[in-house]
Amino acid sequence: MSEAMNIHPGTTAAVAVHHDGHGHHQSFISKYIFSQDHKTISKQFLITGIIWAMIGGLFSVLFRLQLGFPDQSFPILETFFGHWAKGGHIQPEFYYALITMHGTILVFFVLTAGMSGTFANFLIPLQVGARDMASPFLNMLSYWFFFLASIIMLTSLFISTGPAAGGWTIYPPLSALGEASAGSIHGMDYWIISMAMFIVSSLLGGINYITTILNMRTRGMSMTRMPLTMWALLFTAILGVLSFPVLLSGVLLLFFDRNLGTSFYLSDIVVNGQILPNEGGSAILFQHLFWFLGHPEVYIIILPAMGIVSEILSVNSRKPIFGYMAMVGSLFAITILAFLVWAHHMFVTGLNPFLGSVFVLLTLLIAVPSAIKVFNWLTTIWRGNIRFTPATLFSIGFVSLFISGGLTGIFVGNSTIDIHIHDTMFIVAHFHIVMGVAAFFGMFSGLYHWFPKMFGRYMNNTLGYIHFWVTIVGAYLIFWPMHYQGLAGMPRRYLDKSGWASFNQFTELDKMITIVTIIVFAVQLMFVFNFFYSIFKGRKVNKLNPWGATTLEWTTPIRPGHGNWEGEIPEVHRWAYDYGKDGRDFIPQTEKIGENESKH
Amino acid sequence: MDIVSTHQKQKMHPHKFVMWIAIGSIIMMFAGLTSAFIVKSNQTNWNPIDLPHEFWFSTAVILISSVTMQLAVRAFKQRAMTTYRRLLAFTLVLGLVFVTLQWFGFQNLWSQQITFSGGGAGQFLYIIFGLHALHVLGGVVALLVMFCKAFFGKTKLYSAVPVEVASIYWHFVDILWIYLLIFFLIIGG
Repeated sequence: MSEAMNIHPGTTAAVAVHHDGHGHHQSFISKYIFSQDHKTISKQFLITGIIWAMIGGLFSVLFRLQLGFPDQSFPILETFFGHWAKGGHIQPEFYYALITMHGTILVFFVLTAGMSGTFANFLIPLQVGARDMASPFLNMLSYWFFFLASIIMLTSLFISTGPAAGGWTIYPPLSALGEASAGSIHGMDYWIISMAMFIVSSLLGGINYITTILNMRTRGMSMTRMPLTMWALLFTAILGVLSFPVLLSGVLLLFFDRNLGTSFYLSDIVVNGQILPNEGGSAILFQHLFWFLGHPEVYIIILPAMGIVSEILSVNSRKPIFGYMAMVGSLFAITILAFLVWAHHMFVTGLNPFLGSVFVLLTLLIAVPSAIKVFNWLTTIWRGNIRFTPATLFSIGFVSLFISGGLTGIFVGNSTIDIHIHDTMFIVAHFHIVMGVAAFFGMFSGLYHWFPKMFGRYMNNTLGYIHFWVTIVGAYLIFWPMHYQGLAGMPRRYLDKSGWASFNQFTELDKMITIVTIIVFAVQLMFVFNFFYSIFKGRKVNKLNPWGATTLEWTTPIRPGHGNWEGEIPEVHRWAYDYGKDGRDFIPQTEKIGENESKH
Repeated sequence: MDIVSTHQKQKMHPHKFVMWIAIGSIIMMFAGLTSAFIVKSNQTNWNPIDLPHEFWFSTAVILISSVTMQLAVRAFKQRAMTTYRRLLAFTLVLGLVFVTLQWFGFQNLWSQQITFSGGGAGQFLYIIFGLHALHVLGGVVALLVMFCKAFFGKTKLYSAVPVEVASIYWHFVDILWIYLLIFFLIIGG
C-alpha cells in the first residue's frame, strides 16, 4: 500500500506518454513539423491562425470598400480578382463570398482553433504541471486535421464558382441549392468537408484538454488551486466536445440534401418555374441544429479570453484575483446556459412566442454571471499596483469591450426588441464588439504576456502600445456607429443600400467606418511584423519569471524542452493568486505554506 | 502519509478518460440526429417504416460480440494469450458480420422503394444506422491493430489499458445500437 502511495502523479503521464526527453536528438521534421510537443503544436496553431486572421481581415477590408464607397471603382481590385471585381466594382457573388468566408474564417479558424489551439495547448500542461497532454499523438492529429481543413477551405477560395457564399450560418435552402448562389454549386461542399475535418480537429483537441486538466495535474494541484485560465479552457473544451458533434450531424444532413437527393431541409421549392422533387423538409430544423453549436460557439470563443484576462489582470495588478470561486462559478453557469439559449437566434422564424419567452429569460440570465465576472475584474485591478504593459492594456480593453457589447446583448436577447433589429447592423455591432474584437483582445493580451515563455524573447513594447491604442479606438469607431444604423433598420449583408433614401444619412458614416477599418487592419499587420520580428530579433529573456507570476509555467527553463521540467515536476502548495501577501510581492505556487502565514 | 498521492492513484488512466469523453461527444452527434428525427416525425409528409428482420439478426450478433470482447479482456488479464487472440479475432469477425447484416438490411429497405428521395424515416435511417456502422468499423480497425500487435509484436504486452479502452468503445457501440433500435421501433414505426 505504501509503495502504491508513493507513486508520483506525474509518473502515470510519464509512462503513458513516452517523451523524447531533453537532449534527445530529433530530426527537423519530428521537432517542428510532426511534433508531439504541446508547445510546438501550440505555435503551429498560432501561426496558422495568424495567417487565417490576415486573410479573413483582408476580406473585411474588401467588403468594407464596397459598403463605404459603393459607387467608386477600384481598378486594382479587377487586377487581382478579375471578373469577381469587374470594372473595379465588387460583384454581388464576390461580396457574399467575402462576408461568408470572413465569418467562417474568423469564427472557426481564428477565434476557435487559433485561440483554443494556441492557449490550451501551450498553457494546460505548463500550468497544471504535466509533461505533455494525455495523448500527444491525438494532439498532433488535432493540428493536422485543422491543417487539412485549412487547405480544403483555402482551395475553395480558388475554384471557378467561388467559395461558399450563403453566410457563415449556411442556412438552407441558400446553401443547399446551386441555383440559389454560385457559391452553393461547389464551394459549399468544400465548406462542409473542411468543417467536418475542423470538427474532428477540435474534438481531438478538446478531449485531450479535458483529460489533461482533470487527470494529469501535478501533486498538490487541486482543482481550486488551478489558475483561472485552466478553468476557462476546461469549460471551453467541454462546450466544444458537446456542441460541435451536433453541427457535424447538421452539416452531414445538408451534405446529403445537396448531393444525394434527400429532403431533410428542403421542401416545396420552385426554381425558375420548375418544382423541385424535395418534400417534407424543414429549413428551420437546420437552424436549430446549427445554433445548438452556434451559440455555445460564442462562448468557446470568449471563455479562453476571460481566463487569460483574469490571469493577466491579477498578475499585472499585483493583487489576488477577486472572488476566485465566483469566477469559477460564473464560468460554470455560462457553460450551462450556453446550451439553453440557442433559439434566441431564431425569434423571427415563427417560433412559438411562449417558447421564445423562455429563451429570453434564459438568455437574460447570462447577464448575471457576466456581470459577476466584470465586477471581479474591476475589483481585481481596483487600487492595484498596475503595470501598464501591452498585455494589461489589452486585458483592460477586453473588459471595456465586454461591457459595451454585453449591454447590447440585453437588447438583442429580448425578443420584443430583437424582432425589430434582427438581421440589422445592430447585430453586427453587438457580436463584433462582444465576441469578435473582445476575444481578439484576450488573444493579443495572452500573446504579449506569454510570448517570452513561447519564444524566449520579448515583443517590442512601443509597437505594442501603438497596436493597442489604434485598435481600441478603431474598434469603437468601426462598430459603435453600426448600432445607430441598425436601429434605423439598415440590414446587414446587403451589397448596396444606396437605393433607400432613409439610409442616405449614413453615407458619410459608412465612408468613415471603411477608412478606419483600413487603418486598423494596417496596424494588425504591424502587430504581425512585431510578432515575427520578435521571434528572431526580440530582446532576450534573461530571467525565469519576468512578470513575477506565481504559476507553474514560469518554473520551467527559459526555453523548456519536450517534457517541460528538467527534473521532477514541482509540487504545488497553494493557489495561483498569492500576490501582495504578508508584505511579499508574490509567492509562487511551489512554495510551502509558512507556519505564520495569513490566510488569503 | 501523502494524501495527494493516494488521491492521484485512484484516478482513471488518462487514455480511458479520453475514451469516455470521446463517447460523450459521439453521443451528442447521435442525439443531434435523433432529435432532428423527432422534430421531423411530428411534421407532415412523414412516412414511417417497418424495420426489416436483418436488423434483429445484427442485434444478436453485436450482443454476442460484446460478450466475446469482455471474455477477451478477462483472458488478457489472466495472461491466457492464445484464448485472448482467438476471442479478439472472433469479436472482430462478429463486428464485420454485423456491418454486413446492416448492409443487407439497407438493401432490403431500398428494394421496398424506401430511398433517399421523398421525406420520411427512411432517409434518417440510412444516415443514422450508416454512421453507427462506420463507428463499428472504426472499432474493427482498432481490434485489427491490437490483433496484429498480439501476433506480431516483438515486445510482450502487459498493460491491460489498450484492450480495456477498446472494450469500453466496443460495448458503447453495442449499447448505442440498442438505443437506436429501440428509438426506431418506438418513434420510427
